[in-house]
This record gives sequence, structure tokens and C-alpha cells, in this order.
Amino acid sequence: MISVSSNSASEKLDLANLTDEQRALEIKNLSLYYGQDRALHDISMSVPKHGVTAFIGPSGCGKSTLLRCINRMNDLVETCKVQGDILLHGKNIYDKGVDVAALRRRIGMVFQRPNPFPKSVYENVVYGLRLQGIKDRRVLDEAVERSLRGAALWDEVKDRLNASAFSLSGGQQQRLVIARSIAIEPEILLLDEPTSALDPISTLTIEELITDLKQKYTVVIVTHNMQQAARVSDQTAFLYMGQLIEYANTDTLFTTPMEKRTEDYITGRYG
Amino acid sequence: MKQWFRTGKPWIWLTAGAVTVSLVAVIGLVLMIGWRGLSFFWPTAIHQMTVETTSGETRTLIGEIYDSEEVPIDRVRQSGVELANDEGELITRYLMKIGNREYVPLDFTWVVEPTIVDDQIPADMAIIERTKDGNFYGRIVAIEQQGETVATHGDENFRDVLFERVERAVELHKQGQQLQEGEIGRINFQLSELTLEERRLKLEGKLTESAIAELDAERQRLQAEYQDLEKTLFSIRDSAYRDALMVEDFRGEIVAVPMYRVLDVNFPNDMHLLAKIGHFFQQIGKFVSEPPREANTEGGVFPAIFGTVFMVLLMSVIVTPFGVVAAVYLHEYAGKNPVTKLIRIAVINLAGVPSIVYGVFGLGFFVYMVGGSIDQIFYPEALPNPTFGTPGVLWSAITLAILTLPVVIVSTEEGLARIPSTLREGSLALGATKWETIWRIIVPMASPAIMTGLILAVARAAGEVAPLMLVGVVKSAPMLPVDGNFPYFHLDRKFMHLGFHIYDVGFQSPNVEASRPLVYATSFLLITVIVGLNLTAIGVRNHLREKYRALEQ
Repeated sequence: MISVSSNSASEKLDLANLTDEQRALEIKNLSLYYGQDRALHDISMSVPKHGVTAFIGPSGCGKSTLLRCINRMNDLVETCKVQGDILLHGKNIYDKGVDVAALRRRIGMVFQRPNPFPKSVYENVVYGLRLQGIKDRRVLDEAVERSLRGAALWDEVKDRLNASAFSLSGGQQQRLVIARSIAIEPEILLLDEPTSALDPISTLTIEELITDLKQKYTVVIVTHNMQQAARVSDQTAFLYMGQLIEYANTDTLFTTPMEKRTEDYITGRYG
Repeated sequence: MKQWFRTGKPWIWLTAGAVTVSLVAVIGLVLMIGWRGLSFFWPTAIHQMTVETTSGETRTLIGEIYDSEEVPIDRVRQSGVELANDEGELITRYLMKIGNREYVPLDFTWVVEPTIVDDQIPADMAIIERTKDGNFYGRIVAIEQQGETVATHGDENFRDVLFERVERAVELHKQGQQLQEGEIGRINFQLSELTLEERRLKLEGKLTESAIAELDAERQRLQAEYQDLEKTLFSIRDSAYRDALMVEDFRGEIVAVPMYRVLDVNFPNDMHLLAKIGHFFQQIGKFVSEPPREANTEGGVFPAIFGTVFMVLLMSVIVTPFGVVAAVYLHEYAGKNPVTKLIRIAVINLAGVPSIVYGVFGLGFFVYMVGGSIDQIFYPEALPNPTFGTPGVLWSAITLAILTLPVVIVSTEEGLARIPSTLREGSLALGATKWETIWRIIVPMASPAIMTGLILAVARAAGEVAPLMLVGVVKSAPMLPVDGNFPYFHLDRKFMHLGFHIYDVGFQSPNVEASRPLVYATSFLLITVIVGLNLTAIGVRNHLREKYRALEQ
């Protein structure tokens, strides 16, 4: 069996009945179609504030798709169609007239592979701030230090802020991308398999970072690595074939799963 | 054998062979043009030949040997040349440049080797470059100052006196020219502006008494200034008329060559190697920095170099934004449907349209329609003289921009397609709009591809001549498109172009033999200019590539 670390054994939340205070995000009857294919079936769940929520499941189960729904990244796919609601502070983000760019400033995202821009470390971090029209050098400098410290990268790069971001190692690049995301102070941070392209040591660093990040942000992480989910998350959702099979506090899910399919997956019978 | 084919070796040989053939062709071409073009500047010996004519008399020729060829003896005989000994089937004949245009009908002549009785290379033979009538070959016997001899051949310091006076004459000539082109040119420009101003006021009905008075005062001021300058010019000319060279020419007669026409005097027969090398580079320098003289058969090609480079740069400035914007739309915004596909095919096919068609289009649309309308609206005072409604450098640049647009669009699109989608998503996830993502991330990253497109465009545009003949190139442009008169860039002016210069000098010249080396030299220069432009662009591209090295993980 998978061991569950102590950090996820904090206070247990009643995930089915979160108060508005506790809730960061509510997904209601969400379905998604790629052309004729239905990729997500009627998913409903609530993501609590200041916790780490993990989506797990076998490849192609729709966990990344669900994550990308939360900041409307799926809008980029032409054939994609979304039904249902995702409520952020009680407002549906799929409503007409929602400013997608503003939404994405509130819900940051980090991708599978590190994708720094072909700019300096400094410019990467301040990219989001520059988009908002901030030009004051002092504000930017401060944001860079705060974000890089927040991403546990400051000590490694403080002497080469003007070096190209490509000169960093893969793990550093991924932390740079996280720093870039938290520079604009989002409410929610979406991590799409953030360590799948990294070596074990970098993975460990990022996992420790995630634990720190939840103090300030709500983190939603997709991972194909169950141990990782168990180590870093407070709540875990298991998706299978586009359906939400089970959603519970992490230690509950990993120790006493309600569903047979969940148990099969976490014990390695398939997936 | 079958085994050998299966190893794939024949294929390797075939491909390598194709590369070799291309390389040999390119290098051979460049070497040939370079050799022929550059050897034109190398000082060649001046021969003094005694030649037997058909009637049995002898005559003397002085000149440079430009070319020699082996011809069948029969052909020579048919052309009426009697030969004493006719052993063998081939004989050599020389093409001699004998200059002295005012005394001979043609400054080039063929000499058949067996008729040469005597051939010498006297050290005191001079080649005198002049502003008119081409080179003069002969022996300088004396220098006169206002009809009085100041030095004669054989004096100890004869050459020193000669060069000193030549330098003075050249300096005066230069001063006169600078005055004419600079100050006097400016006054002429301002005077014509005044005339236009007056007509403009008249057309607008604002030509009041006071305005007329003001214009007249201004005109008078300029005219007075002009009188002053003219006086200076005449005084320069007068002092330039002072000296003359007394030269013994090929007939043995002594003729006066006025010094004010002399540009340079050289004694190539009396040069050692270092002097020859110096002379070689000096001649190249003159060729690239001086304007042409005497219907392009003498002098340099500076206006053509300037025109070519200026037009190409102007074209780049026009084509790059248009091409990039079009490619961004096609790749980023246009829906992936048959219409887009059709547009893309049309764009690619545009590259295959013969360039003369673009020339005709440019003439009809840009010059007559657009230019004509601009004249009607903005320059009514100059009508019926066209300002923009006539071929000019702007229309040439725009026409070539359209010609090269497909290249830029296609390579930019390829560059856009190569940018990893993760970067777009990364930018969008930070709250950037699509436009901000394209502007801040995508286009900078595609800039090496844009540069590639620009390199191809420049290569094509710099070598294009046919359409330019319709939309702005002339044989000889009196003024450069950029000068010191406001607004400094005169895009309505016609310009000279190296490619057209080659055509003009090589095929439209009254003196084809004289111009052949010039054609080679100009061709070599054109290639150099294109290579130079391309190397610059490639340098920029490599720099950008290094900067925007894509994620290779």
C-alpha cells in the first residue's frame, strides 16, 4: 500500500458540503466534447481553498482535460465544446462576457514540460506583470525576488537574473515557470503533471515547493504518479474514462477507497 | 552489382555529384567574373607598335592590349588583310585600346600579329584620364602655363612638376563639381520650390500682393547668392584653365591636352609591383566611389551601387511588415478551411509570376493610378509635370516588395509553425491575450524565419532588372534619391541600378568593346553587393537564432 504523509493528514474536510468560505472552486455537471467524442461526463466537485487537490487516473482518463477547463485553456482547441458550470466566487467562468485573460490571471497554470520564454530569467518572471502594464522598476524587482523565493529558486539564480532562462536546468526551469505564475499572485495554481519531465531530485524539490505553495494558493495538481499524489495532496480525485469515480481526502482515498475501481487502480491492477 | 546498388552507394555518389556540379558552376562563375572584372583595374603596359598596313606603309599605334584571340587565317584574309607569311592555320590578333578619341574614329583597333614590325614598351608613355573623350595615350613632352613652357620632358623634376599640377587641376575640378552639386544645386532646388510655392498659392487663390513680394524677395536673395557662387565657380574654372599638357601622340604630332580635363596621369610602364598594387586599389576605389562619365563608358558606378542598395533597403522596409502581418493572419487567425488553403496556394503561386508582369502592374497601378492620384491631391502646383506619377525609386521598391512578398509570407509561416505550442499556452496562462502572445512571444521567436524570408527576398530583388525598367530605373540619374535638400529622401526620383547598368553598358553602349571589362567589373560588384546584403542579413539571423533558440527537449 501507499504510505500517506503527515502533511495531508491535517484537518479533514467534508468535501461534499463545503461552506462558501472553504470553497475555492465549484465544478457543476461539467461535460466536455471533442467534436463527437465525449471526454468528460457530468463531473461535479468542489475544490477547497488553501489545499492541494490532486487528479489521478490512467492515461487518457480526462484529468488534464478537466484541469484545462478550469482556466479555459480548452478554448484553444477548436472542436472542443463545454457544458456545465465552473463557479469561481459563485460566478460561472463559462458565462458570456467573461474576460478570459483576466480569468487566467486569477487561475495560473504550469505545464508538463518547462516552457520558459526565450528571455532572461528576470523577464520571464515579470512577463505577467508587464502585461498588466507595470513598468516601475522597483515593483518589478521586488516581485522577482518574492516570486523566485516563493518558488525556492532565488538562491540559485539571484546572481544571474539576466542570463537566458534556457541556461537553467530542467528542474530550475520548471520552478522558474512556477515563479512566473505566482508573480501575478493568482488565487488558484493549476499544475499539469509538473514533474513528469524531471529527474527524481528536481521532482522532490518541486514537491516540497507545492507543500509550501498551499499556504498562499489553492493548488490543483494532475499527476500520473500515485505516490506523488499521496505525498503532496490533501484531497484526491480519481478519474476514469472521463468520469469522476471518487473524490475524497487523500488519506481516506488511499487507505479506504469506497469504489472497487479506485482500489484496483491504486493497488496497480490497471492503469 | 546488384549488391552495390542495394548498399545505397550509387545514391550517395549521385547526390554528392549533384552538389559538386553546382559548387563548381557557382565557384567557376564567380571566379570568371571576378577575374575578368578585377583585371580591368590592373595597370597594363602601354605598347608602342609599328604596324605594316596593307598598302605596305607603316603606322604607329600607342595603346593597351585589351584582349587577344586566335583566329583562323582565312577569316583574317577575307577581311582584307594581306599577310606575308601564312604558315599555320591560326594567327593571333590583339585588341588594342588606342584612346585619343578626338583624333581617331574608333578608340579600339585590331592588330594582327604578323603585321607588327616593332613593339616597344617605353617607360615614359603616359596614360591620361580625362573628363571628356576618354583616355589619351602618348608621351608628355612639356607642361605649359598660359602658353609658356614651365617644364619639359627630360627635366630632372619633370614628373614632380607634372603630378603637382595634375593634383592642382583635379583639386580645382573637384571644388567646381562640389560647388555645382552642393550649393548651386541647393539654390536651384530652392528656386524651383519657390516657383512651385507661387503656383500653389495661385491655385489656392492666396497669391496676394504681400505673398508675391515675399516670394520675389526670397527669389532675389537666392539669385544674388547664385551670382556670388557663379563668380566663385568661374574663378575656379579660370584658374583651372591655366595649364596644359603638350603630348606627343601616336602620329608623332604634339597636341595640347588642357589640364582642366585631366583627372589622372599614370606611367604604367614605369611602375614597380607595389605601385601597380596601389594603382589597382586606387582604381577600384574610384570605380565604386565616382559617378559614371561619357554615357556610362568611363568613370565609376557609385550612383548605381547607391541606387541598388537604397532600393533594396526600402523594399525590405516595405515587404517585412506586410509579409509578417499577412503570415500571422494566415497562420494564427484565419480558420483552417478551404478558403485559407486557396489563399495560401495563391500566395505561393504569386512567386511564379514572371517579374515583367509585376513591372507592368507596377507601372499601371502604382505609377499611373496611385502616383497620378497623389499628384492630383498633393502636388497640383507641379502639374502637368508629374511628381509621383512617374517612375521612381518608391514605386520600384513597392513593386519589388510585391514581387518578393510570397517568399516572406511562406518562410514566416513556416517559422510560426515551428514554435512549440507550449510557449503559446504558457503566455496565455499568464493572462496574455492572443494578440499579446503573438506580439511578445511568437513574432520575436519567428524572427529568424522572417530573416530567412528577407534574405531570399533581398537576393531576388537585388538581381531583378526587368520590372525596374518600367517603374523607375534610368540609364543616368542626375541626382541621388538621398541628398542634403529637405526632405532629404526624394522617393519620387528615378535612380540607377547595377543590374540595369550592366545591361546598359554591355548592350546599349555606343562603344561595346570599351565597355566589356566594365560589364564584368559591374557584374562582380553586383554579386558583391548582393552577397554583402545577404551576409548582413544572415549575421542578424544567426544572432536572433542564438537568442531565440527554441526549446529542444
